[in-house]
Amino acid sequence: MKLSGKVFKYGANVDTDAIIPARYLNVSDPDELAKHCMEDIDTEFVSKVSKDDIIVATTNFGCGSSREHAPLAIKTVGVSCVVAKSFARIFMRNAINIGLPLLESAEAVDDTDAGDVLEVELESGKIVNTTKNQTFTAKAYPEFMLELIEAGGLVEYTKRKISAKG
Amino acid sequence: MTLAEKILAAHCGKDRVSPGQFISAKVDVVLSNDITAPIAIREFKKIGVKKVFDPAKVIMVADHFVPNKDIHSAEQAKILREFSREQGSIFFEVGQMGIEHVLLPEQGLVVPGDVIVGADSHTCTYGAVGAFATGMGSTDIASAMATGEIWMKVPPTIKFVYHGKAPKWVTGKDFILHTIGDIGVDGALYSAMEFTGPAIDKLSMDGRFTMSNMAIEAGAKAGLFRVDNKTEAYLQNRAKRPYTVYEADKDAEYAQVIEYDASKIEPQVAFPHLPSNTKPISKVGDIKIDQSVIGSCTNGRIQDLKIAADILQWQRVHKDVRCIIIPGTQDVYLEALRAGYIETFIRAGAVVSTPTCGPCLGGYMGILAEGEKCISTTNRNFVGRMGSTKSEVYLSNPAVAAASAILGRIANPEDIKE
Ligand code: SF4
Repeated sequence: MKLSGKVFKYGANVDTDAIIPARYLNVSDPDELAKHCMEDIDTEFVSKVSKDDIIVATTNFGCGSSREHAPLAIKTVGVSCVVAKSFARIFMRNAINIGLPLLESAEAVDDTDAGDVLEVELESGKIVNTTKNQTFTAKAYPEFMLELIEAGGLVEYTKRKISAKG
Repeated sequence: MTLAEKILAAHCGKDRVSPGQFISAKVDVVLSNDITAPIAIREFKKIGVKKVFDPAKVIMVADHFVPNKDIHSAEQAKILREFSREQGSIFFEVGQMGIEHVLLPEQGLVVPGDVIVGADSHTCTYGAVGAFATGMGSTDIASAMATGEIWMKVPPTIKFVYHGKAPKWVTGKDFILHTIGDIGVDGALYSAMEFTGPAIDKLSMDGRFTMSNMAIEAGAKAGLFRVDNKTEAYLQNRAKRPYTVYEADKDAEYAQVIEYDASKIEPQVAFPHLPSNTKPISKVGDIKIDQSVIGSCTNGRIQDLKIAADILQWQRVHKDVRCIIIPGTQDVYLEALRAGYIETFIRAGAVVSTPTCGPCLGGYMGILAEGEKCISTTNRNFVGRMGSTKSEVYLSNPAVAAASAILGRIANPEDIKE
């Protein structure tokens, strides 16, 4: 699958309260959540983002609470994938479980600026910065996670597992 | 094998597991709350099974926004209530409830050797009783409710050794804040933390819960303590199930061993806007505060309230400060009432709330306005965590929070004259 979009860039330790503030967690409707995505660190994000855009951040993206509302808000607002130097553990699981692709590449993050256009090939992990004409390769997913992604997320994967058991 | 590896091996039917290995582990408790359960239930229904794998092992607690703060939160809590009734699974109703991570250990629902998954990042709190407990998202919890199993990557373990004796006013909160200040908010990313050493042997159970609770603030998957006679005493008359005690092997392999001298640790304050932004109390300077919050899954237990009451006794909360005290559970509330702490708080001019997460996540009951500063015994001080994105949260232990409430600035408990 090939993804392509313009970049919104953030720094280190973007926490889940920044991605979707807790004051909005009294609902779980994805469209409602998406309206407030990134609100506390970037009030203009929601009005500027368009479908398939890409979030790029440095280390420990998604740290803090376990709220799945965070990757859900990012996915629902139209972001196609997140590229970072590293991801917080629970955020990583949640994103993969709900089908928001994440890519780890320190070089791509260092050499990419806000507004650049990236092309991402999920299977190979190839990231092309078409604005700057540079190519990077993200860390490969472990086999087990690829299985999850191929199944279309954890719900589908679990369904298959249960029906295989009979 | 380390303590974490021992427990995980036993839950996936293997003699040995090692860091990096993917396993499917059987779970003993599956937890969710009024924020995460509605999504977990929605995903559970998509999986297409009718019944949870074991209703006695599925627990839902409405604690973040209850007693319901508005219509939306009432709708959320209703989803949990109805699902639990239909499944015959465990649900704590207003009146029995409390903050999940104070409640479950207190009720003996989490025991040593367990693998516990919860749709709340502070599920790691139960590492204090020698369980492998970790936070996940709602979809993971849905899958665990359906199958009783969870996929997991075995984490490497970092061992933390605390030597010496902690000075007065230095608690588990200060050990963990000092540690996060040292290694950073991603210093233990993907790892299990194992807390050991002479100062840990002396630490109370409540202090251990505080430390395990904040393992996630270092990015860790779990934060574990070995079971000793303090753990056993805590579990007596509490544990609802028989349990197995696991010990780390003498030749266990650790990714890293980090050592501290507890006698050199002062009460710590984490400055905005990261829990790793710590300073010892002697280096804090003059910071005026508008609010002091004592409570949460980090410091809402009886020992925390005792410390606060000892300081607030015969004192007055500063005229410019709102001091909000929140017992973690109904039992903690009752014990504090019997011990006279509640009277002490009210006489001092603090307010005491029913158990709830409330202000900890900027939910309700103590939201900050623009420009306001709060000292808080909670675990996170991210931008906007307790209200306005232009407010500031400083994290500390209950003694510092109580002393600050009296003096109107972030204060050393030593500064309170008897
Ligand atoms: S008290 Fe705070 S950190 Fe603990 S569960 Fe509630 S909101 Fe989360």
